[in-house]
Amino acid sequence: MLYTISTLILSLIVLVLAVIAIIHKNITVAIIAMGTVGLFTSVIFLLLAAPDVAMTEAAIGSGLTTVIFFYVLNKIKNHDA
Amino acid sequence: MLKKGLILAILIGFSLMFIPLIQNFHGNDKLSDLAKYYTENAEHGAGAANIVTAIVITYRGLDTLGEVVILFLTASVIGFFLKISKSEKDETLRFSKLRKTSELLETATKALVPTIFMFGVYIFINGHLTPGGGFQGGAVIATGFVLMLLANPQFKVNHKVIEYIESLSGFSFAILGALGAIIGLGFLDNKILPLGTFGELLSAGIIPVIYSFIGLKVGAELSGIVETLSENQSEIEI
Amino acid sequence: MSYFSLEYIAMITGFLLIVLGIWAILTYKNLLKIVIGFSLFDTGINIIIVSIAYVKNSTAPIIDSAVSLKDAVNKIADPVPQALVLTSIVIGLGVTALMLAYVLKLYQDKKTLDIESFTDLKW
Repeated sequence: MLYTISTLILSLIVLVLAVIAIIHKNITVAIIAMGTVGLFTSVIFLLLAAPDVAMTEAAIGSGLTTVIFFYVLNKIKNHDA
Repeated sequence: MLKKGLILAILIGFSLMFIPLIQNFHGNDKLSDLAKYYTENAEHGAGAANIVTAIVITYRGLDTLGEVVILFLTASVIGFFLKISKSEKDETLRFSKLRKTSELLETATKALVPTIFMFGVYIFINGHLTPGGGFQGGAVIATGFVLMLLANPQFKVNHKVIEYIESLSGFSFAILGALGAIIGLGFLDNKILPLGTFGELLSAGIIPVIYSFIGLKVGAELSGIVETLSENQSEIEI
Repeated sequence: MSYFSLEYIAMITGFLLIVLGIWAILTYKNLLKIVIGFSLFDTGINIIIVSIAYVKNSTAPIIDSAVSLKDAVNKIADPVPQALVLTSIVIGLGVTALMLAYVLKLYQDKKTLDIESFTDLKW
């Protein structure tokens, strides 16, 4: 029961962050929100009895994807200046 | 207006597609037959305590080989794309100037990076006993690499070293797989080495060796991708 | 059978993430927003597959002191879809990185991120 309620809360957080990632005008905020979606998703995976998947999602989905996004964004901004 | 209507129609159509899936889904009460087979043969089939690892490396080893190839292709295509655009570097050179990294970040990096690398190696060596494995360990190693790159943007990596690590581990993975077929057990069979005691570090035949190679390869590839994407920046400041 | 269960909530979350991702891909004109939409789509699919793998009141598919070899069959979650998702996440990173490299290349070509300006194949 406790797990179910925590999944419900985590799901709501994930959905709110996903909406922020899509509709926010500032692209930096959008990218950070997208990375946080990955982080909370990894907790959902852990509750669904999949620790292997949770580790992969935490390291790749929220860590490396965000870093790659920021590098590309930085290059685009440098190009602009 | 027509466009918006079309988009709405696509979204509603997609939602309708999922409704039967959700209605007929009531959760599982027991394992499927395939999973049952893998679980019952955990000790004498693959010998790995982590059944996900047993499936990824042994039963579905060919898929993993394909996945590693796809990752390699991605890294090469990205490198190929961004190498060509280097001629445009000169015009960006004048404009931007990177902020100097803080003392705090540099000192913390010196302390943290060896620990992170060691943690990554720990994850992929223990892949057959605890959650984790080559892909997770490789990603953790790449994260340590990112930290190194953030603390010191001029940090130049020796491309040759990354290339050699990547090619050698990929080659060894394929050779170890082929060795199983040559001996007569089947491609990527893990019984080339003895299975050992179930649940110990040196067990499960060739699984820890292959997962270590995958970890090195994935770590080198992801570091290569990050390094290629950050390369222009490191040269701007000079 | 109540709908208020772990795997059911997770599945609906994944489904909503997919719809949000498609909505972002179809409506936004910024190329980076489209890549974010693809990334959310990816996460949603992974959540759905893992939630299908969940068996009621089960634990992780690892045999140790908590789950003995004998009653593992009654205690663990389905490991096959989990292995599939493991592959899927790593490939997802590769796809995202490749898409971003394309975005960078397109930007260097046209100096804009607006998808409407790439009309070379329109007649």
